[in-house]
Amino acid sequence: MNVTVLRFPGTNCEFDTEYAFRRLGQNVTILWHEEEVIGANTDLVVVPGGFSYGDYLRSGAIARFSPVMKAVRAYADNGGYVLGICNGFQILLESHLLPGAMKRNENLHFVSKHQYLKVENSDNRFLRYCKVGEMLNIPIAHAEGNYFIGEDGLKSLYDNGQVLLTYCDENGNPDNPNGSVDNIAGICNKEKNVFGLMPHPERAMERILGSDDGVRMLEGFIL
Amino acid sequence: MKAIVNVYLKEGVLDPQGKAVHHALGALGFDNVSNVRVGKQIVLDLKASSMKEAEAEVEKMCETLLANTVIEDYSIEIVQ
Repeated sequence: MNVTVLRFPGTNCEFDTEYAFRRLGQNVTILWHEEEVIGANTDLVVVPGGFSYGDYLRSGAIARFSPVMKAVRAYADNGGYVLGICNGFQILLESHLLPGAMKRNENLHFVSKHQYLKVENSDNRFLRYCKVGEMLNIPIAHAEGNYFIGEDGLKSLYDNGQVLLTYCDENGNPDNPNGSVDNIAGICNKEKNVFGLMPHPERAMERILGSDDGVRMLEGFIL
Repeated sequence: MKAIVNVYLKEGVLDPQGKAVHHALGALGFDNVSNVRVGKQIVLDLKASSMKEAEAEVEKMCETLLANTVIEDYSIEIVQ
């Protein structure tokens, strides 16, 4: 599989993401944001974490207008798989490739820790190796992960099985680190080819580093 | 011409920064404050042949970039 990882000024998770997919035996290319074409042999585009454009104005607001994002939109409209992690999720929201928006964390702190997630829906490419109700231990690191969507939008997310991951504690009880609506940590679009989540599965690839639950997630993209 | 754009979270969207500032004001003894909303102000110098044209242009800027209308409202003031 060929994975294309985007890089904007201020991106800082592109190498972790590259490492994660190489560890899974995949080919990875890092693509600068000024590029206007996504390679035809690309099987997955990852918009990685970081602080694109210094988070100026709003997280992801300026990256959205990069030339490469036009190509990502065309790629996604064509059914291509796109995964946005952390700042990548924020960029996908600002690009309207995913519904909703991000606010500052409720407690205004930058939260950086391991966090349990509950799998809410596995009927999709990303989480197909996970079970509904299963818990995953994945690091989070963000100041703007307070996911917001209006009531109608939230209903539509549930109706279409787009709520994929929620924050919980080690016993599976809701445990919300940022104030997001319904403890939501990750979603996908209606067509289930664009995915976004605040937690970092690429940082949970080896047990010696605290968890390898990210393997099960990222492997879903590999055919 | 100058355009003064204020961007703030919509009514009904909880404002974590406003809440924190409100709490801090209360702790300092300013008890008469019933609500605080924190926003941002963007000041633009721009060329336009009329104030109306400037406003229309700035509105476009707000809709595409300056505000995220999913959660934010904005106001525009044009001054000569």
